[in-house]
Amino acid sequence: METFLQQTLNGLVSGSIYALVALGYTMVYGILGLINFAHGDLLMVGALVALQTVSLLNAAVPGLHPVVLLAAGVAVAVPMCMAVGYLIERIGYRRLRNAPRLAPLITAIGVSFLLQTLAMIIWGREFHVFPQLVSTTPMQPMDGVVVSPLQIFTIVVAFALMGGLMLLVNKSRLGRAMRATAENHRVAGLMGINANGVIAATFIIGSGLAALAGVLFASNYAIAHYGMGFTPGLKAFTAAVLGGIGNLPGAMVGGLVLGLVESFGAGYIEHLTFGFLNSSYQDIFAFMILGAVLIFRPSGLLGERVADRA
Amino acid sequence: MTTNSTALPLPASFALDRRLQRPLVILLALAAPLIALSMGKSWVRVLDFALLYVLLAIGLNLVVGFAGLLDLGYIAFYAVGAYTWAFLASPHFGIHLPFWIVLPLGAAFAALAGIALGFPTLRLRGDYLAIVTLGFGEIIRIFMNNLNQPINITNGPQGIDSIDPLTIVGLDLSKDLDLFGVQIPSLTLYYYAFLACVVLAIILVRRLQISRIGRAWAAIRDDELAAKAIGIDTRMMKLLAFALGATFGGVSGGLFAAFQGFVSPESFSLMESIVVLTMIVLGGMGNLAGVIVGAIMLTALPELLRHFAVPMQMALFGKTLLDPEVLRMLLLSLAMIVMMLVRPAGLLPARTRYAHRDRRNA
Repeated sequence: METFLQQTLNGLVSGSIYALVALGYTMVYGILGLINFAHGDLLMVGALVALQTVSLLNAAVPGLHPVVLLAAGVAVAVPMCMAVGYLIERIGYRRLRNAPRLAPLITAIGVSFLLQTLAMIIWGREFHVFPQLVSTTPMQPMDGVVVSPLQIFTIVVAFALMGGLMLLVNKSRLGRAMRATAENHRVAGLMGINANGVIAATFIIGSGLAALAGVLFASNYAIAHYGMGFTPGLKAFTAAVLGGIGNLPGAMVGGLVLGLVESFGAGYIEHLTFGFLNSSYQDIFAFMILGAVLIFRPSGLLGERVADRA
Repeated sequence: MTTNSTALPLPASFALDRRLQRPLVILLALAAPLIALSMGKSWVRVLDFALLYVLLAIGLNLVVGFAGLLDLGYIAFYAVGAYTWAFLASPHFGIHLPFWIVLPLGAAFAALAGIALGFPTLRLRGDYLAIVTLGFGEIIRIFMNNLNQPINITNGPQGIDSIDPLTIVGLDLSKDLDLFGVQIPSLTLYYYAFLACVVLAIILVRRLQISRIGRAWAAIRDDELAAKAIGIDTRMMKLLAFALGATFGGVSGGLFAAFQGFVSPESFSLMESIVVLTMIVLGGMGNLAGVIVGAIMLTALPELLRHFAVPMQMALFGKTLLDPEVLRMLLLSLAMIVMMLVRPAGLLPARTRYAHRDRRNA
């Protein structure tokens, strides 16, 4: 029972981060029908920019409260990622909106590698230690279950952001424009919506979420690295597919379910395979889920129709 | 942007010499190792690798260029071929089978892996395939890295070494051959063996392209719905493209293992898949000549960077700001983006006899 609760908690932490990233994938996919491969790397950009800000600020003004440092890191990382996200859309994808389907996909992969290479040039190949700005001192609400303030913080922030995004999409003018553009961006244009602006806004919002997810991810794993965006990016995409790509609540549910499955999987895989596989296989769960969803329920848990439209 | 308007105007003299083109290319291909040898053995090695990459690129081009399916885990099939060779022809398990058994087996396993991967995913939209293949590549790598316990199968990250070389009718290609007093280095021997494979592959693929199957692929790539409507079994054809592409990967993987004498998971990273993809994007998707040129260019690139970019940076800045590996990644990623924006059909675009490729497929 204790293991169960502990794994649930761990799953919720990583799941809520996946959900944040998955939202970015699903928003862009919903509007453009494009898998933005570079989205996972925005998480990396967010984490590394925040780290850079924190260490610069710490060097300039020693003795600042960690919360101030964290806020400063986020305050720089989020706009920075938004700008990068906007540039990617403007330079890389906009001109290819009517190109054959392979072209934007290949560009997206190119952008992903470009971001990684630039990060490698700026920050080097080494793993950087990400400072513990929110306390990680474990608390023990009950026997055998350990939770840290950072974990609670992660879950709260992620849920608050998801709630905010839902409000934005469902209640605001921009949200309505986004939904209309997702439906059909030509018709939306005829209704007086600036489709290019809406698409840019989608990229900007998604990138901001990815930046925050990056800061949370780096805080939880205490590490930042130029290649750190790849695996969470792939998993977040899986989460988006699991929930039904193009569907916002789906991405959140998908992220949380994926986090939980992974956490339980890692916890119990040794028993399940009689010791043949161990927890170093944790990463294959995401792909197995992806495969299973695509075979049995390609529209995802809460999904819209995604089978080949061609 | 039509394919035609972006075509490179060939210089008149070059176009006139069309008849001479083929003999010239053949002569160059045959003489290349001799020229390279005069520049140093390492360049022959580069040529050998270039041919392996040509083989890989030809295989991936079948999938991406002909059938229009984006496969981002292609290197996994290369890994399957290489590990098959390593398992069946090395002291690791103490099995030493000859190449004419191991190579077809590797190809068959790779094809099976291709079918197993393609079966569930090929009925979905193309972009899903990209992600699933990406995931598949990673899964294969995770298994290669971790299957050294509890039973040691892959020997983990250390990889498998002392793999048997390619031996054809008693001729061990890993040893220099003394032919009537003329020393032929092992690297040159491998070059000609690989060249034979590449020539075979080119003939095969060219026949395939103009066959019923090749035309079906082109139809699917250009408009899947229309292809289905005219009675093409699209799923079967896509599966076939996937399996055949994987076969090429398996064969070149086996050759790689024999040539290198050593395999480890490191050689089969995602980066390698991306490199092969860039080769065909750069050269011209769907066009064999373009793909081959792309493969040779990108294999030579790291060597060229090492020889020219580093001294140049030393001269300009007094130190190396970007090491060749980083510079290579930078150029590769920029190439992918810029090519798609500026010249989506590649440096040597495919002559599309059947259709325009500039229509959105969704």
